[in-house]
Amino acid sequence: MINRLQRRFTVHLDLPLMIALCVLMLTSLVLIYSASGGSFERVMGQFVNIVVAFVALWLVANMPLHYLIRSAVPIYILGMVLLLSVALFGEINNGARRWLHIGVATIQPSELMKIAVPLMMAWYFERHEATLALKNYFVAALILAVPFALILRQPDLGTALLICASGFYVLFLAGLNWRIIAGLAISALASAPFVWSAMHDYQRQRIKMLLDPTQDPLGKGYHTIQGMIAVGSGGVLGKGYLSGTQTHLEFLPERTTDFIFAVYSEEFGLLGNIILLAIYMFILWRGFIITANASTYFTRLMAGSITLTFFTYTFVNMGMVSGILPVVGVPLPLISYGGTSMLTLYLGFGMLMSIHSHKTLVQS
Amino acid sequence: MRQHKELKNHQREIYFFRLRLILTMVFVLVLLLVLLSRLFYLQVVRQSYFTTLADNNRISVVPIVPNRGLIQDRNGVVLAQNYSGYTLEIAPSKVADLEATINALSEIVTIQPKDRKRFKKLLTESHTSDTYPIRSRLNEAEVARFATQRFRFPGVEIKARLFREYPYRERTSHLIGYVGRINDKDAEELHTKDLADNYLGSDYIGKIGIEQSYERDLHGTTGFEQVEVDVAGRGVRVLSRTTPQSGKTLTLTMDIKLQEIAEKAFGNFRGALVAIDPTNGEVLAFVSKPGYDPNLFVDGIDTETWDALNNSPDVPLNNRALRGQYPPGSTIKPFMALAGLDSSKRTPAYTISDPGYFNLPGSRHKYRDWKAGGHGSVDMFKSIVISCDTYFYGLATDMGIDIIDSYLGQFGFGKKTGLDMEGESSGLLPSPDWKRRRYNQVWYPGDTVSVGIGQGYSLVTPMQLAYATAILANNGTGYRPHLVKKVPGSEDNQSNRQGDINVQIKPEHIALIKRAMTAVTLPGGTAAYAGSGAGYPFAGKTGTAQVIGIKQGEKYVEKDINERHRDHAWFIAFAPADDPRIAMAVLAENAGHGGSVAAPIARKVIDYYLLGKEPLPLPAAKPKAEVAID
Repeated sequence: MINRLQRRFTVHLDLPLMIALCVLMLTSLVLIYSASGGSFERVMGQFVNIVVAFVALWLVANMPLHYLIRSAVPIYILGMVLLLSVALFGEINNGARRWLHIGVATIQPSELMKIAVPLMMAWYFERHEATLALKNYFVAALILAVPFALILRQPDLGTALLICASGFYVLFLAGLNWRIIAGLAISALASAPFVWSAMHDYQRQRIKMLLDPTQDPLGKGYHTIQGMIAVGSGGVLGKGYLSGTQTHLEFLPERTTDFIFAVYSEEFGLLGNIILLAIYMFILWRGFIITANASTYFTRLMAGSITLTFFTYTFVNMGMVSGILPVVGVPLPLISYGGTSMLTLYLGFGMLMSIHSHKTLVQS
Repeated sequence: MRQHKELKNHQREIYFFRLRLILTMVFVLVLLLVLLSRLFYLQVVRQSYFTTLADNNRISVVPIVPNRGLIQDRNGVVLAQNYSGYTLEIAPSKVADLEATINALSEIVTIQPKDRKRFKKLLTESHTSDTYPIRSRLNEAEVARFATQRFRFPGVEIKARLFREYPYRERTSHLIGYVGRINDKDAEELHTKDLADNYLGSDYIGKIGIEQSYERDLHGTTGFEQVEVDVAGRGVRVLSRTTPQSGKTLTLTMDIKLQEIAEKAFGNFRGALVAIDPTNGEVLAFVSKPGYDPNLFVDGIDTETWDALNNSPDVPLNNRALRGQYPPGSTIKPFMALAGLDSSKRTPAYTISDPGYFNLPGSRHKYRDWKAGGHGSVDMFKSIVISCDTYFYGLATDMGIDIIDSYLGQFGFGKKTGLDMEGESSGLLPSPDWKRRRYNQVWYPGDTVSVGIGQGYSLVTPMQLAYATAILANNGTGYRPHLVKKVPGSEDNQSNRQGDINVQIKPEHIALIKRAMTAVTLPGGTAAYAGSGAGYPFAGKTGTAQVIGIKQGEKYVEKDINERHRDHAWFIAFAPADDPRIAMAVLAENAGHGGSVAAPIARKVIDYYLLGKEPLPLPAAKPKAEVAID
């Protein structure tokens, strides 16, 4: 009886992925305790986030694939409506119009689009699989471009670029012609000067600061400098758990959220970083396996995009903390404090598991 | 075309998909390697650099200001002390609207217009501190009132600090000087002297007087505390501590009681008095009148008070004893006489017949004696006792300026005494060479004549004249005058036992001049009035420093002359004449008569020093018409 219940509960969960997620979940709780200066409240908050996200993961993982396919269009339309509402009635916070106040909660619709855009694109390619032509890639690109433009206007360059990346992965995996990719790359480089002049001042500042953060050590460059100091002073073995001076004397900004990787690096050093990167690589590896073995066009594209987007978040966060990318406000996946990003990521992993388990079930 | 696509090989499609997937995996791997090498670079290659930066972030070195050394007189009476009190300080960088903040503060604590002015002056003069006091010496009630309203005033804080205080105020102003807040100029000087580190937490520095000259000893050594701080600068824990070393307590050579008696003896006269122990160079009293309240300067003086002090016709800020330069007048005569004797231009017995004036050979210009009609027959002894000008006109002419300068130079005229206080003037020993340089004029024989009675171009400071008198009193051996007797931890501030100055003049010549100077205070001498009933041999010499020149044929009539243009009165003295223990120079500005004003001041000081006698209010001086005006 218990065995059956257990099986009923876990049948759609992927064991290797679950183990890795649990390790990172524990890491997150342990690290948030240190980063918040010993706040149980903060740890409990993150625990609740994880529980909620896990429930979502379980539900999605147990959802038959055709539900997922069918949900693509409604989710995308919902997302677009919300994005338009933000553009019209959104709440302005820190000079950006990103939030929408609905009754009890404030939501950030751009988060939803992180899932909705690749889902919609994968759905579109699946529909036209048999008759794929150049114009289909064009339409798919349009599915990506409209929300991208809206989010860029908020302005939220970081999220816009990440959604752009997740959409591009779908296009790439769907077999976008190499010549077009090359053409896009060349035109992107050529348009860089125009993009630069069209950018917001704060975005230009961030890029300038990346090139030389010491220009403004107390202002725009402060985050990058303090992050690099935390990482660098951690050394090979780290300063030890709860002993990071940058963290505990509060020199490091955004300790529990965007800069939590600096907290980890400071306290656990290069050795800890290698272990952490290994866990992330394991998750990526598992994602690639699931992608490679996915049975349909839709699931292949979706699984590939989820895996690569997960990697992108990880790389962008670690890159910005260690000073090779500009500070764009991307949390460290599965570790940074925050409910929305946790939910989005677990939803993605839920889809991965669903793709994997339902394929197996179909085959057996 | 469409047919072809529909028949696309499923296996081929999966093959191409996996190829692309492998490409993305390579891409992922490359980026992970980039990330890993970046982490390696930060955490291994540049680890020590970032560790230093992290330490710079968290470790703050906090200076601990040493207590400033006390200053006490030779008997241990404290003349400069520290007391702890509260100041209300504003950090201008953290306050948006200074005016509004000060207005709001004035509702809680008393802030007078002069406090505001003083604060503004501080802001313009100094950029070295974070906070500047708007009020000092807050009382307990004010501290309590501010504490409850504190939240309203970001950037304003109460600080508990040590304040410098000079309990004797005017009495010691020119001697002790004062400390003041370190301004930009002081900061620069500290920087060039490589002392800036020792002043990291210090707000004050000696500006003038002993406070300035002994700054190094008084300041002490700053201690340091290494404190771990958080991002807001709050101390979390102390990592290490070097204790500060308090400044040294200075013991002065002067006696505050003697100083008081000297100062009071001046009555309403301006002037200066320097008394020295001729046997060791210790300065026993150092008076410059008028003085000022040095306490006004400690936390910055407001512009109005400063202007009042600075523009006063009495020039209270001028240290007359150290920097005032006056013609020595007849007080130069004992030294001139010694020069005459030693250079064999005169013998003690050489006698002139004084017609009341002197002519240079071939000239009709009359150099007048102070006494119309002259003193009759005058030898060297009498020339000093009655201060015969005619005698010294002739003597100076016979010696010539070069011999005069060489002898006067031996007594320290024309150069700084080497007193342990900065800013001393060197007076002037005029010479043909000097006159050519200064005025591009030749030296006339008449110039030498004037120098003979201490007029003309000659200038001395009260300090110099006191030192010269001490050298004479001590039979030619002079000990460099000094104000500080003892600095703990270093050897006593004693002069060279052999003497810093040794004037080679025959003892019998010195003895003669001393006898003559003793007779000055006896009946028949120019200071007979001041010498009456002294009870000890009291040697002295009167002098008058002209403030304005008297034209040929004019007569100096005191009552007709503006008070500020009246002559300055000099008196030099030492006692007991047979074994001098105190020597001094007294200058009373615009007092006219050396014998009637300056000499009684000297008498009171010596009475107290030798006999412990507190001065009785002497009957008001009523000089008879015959009594020397010189």
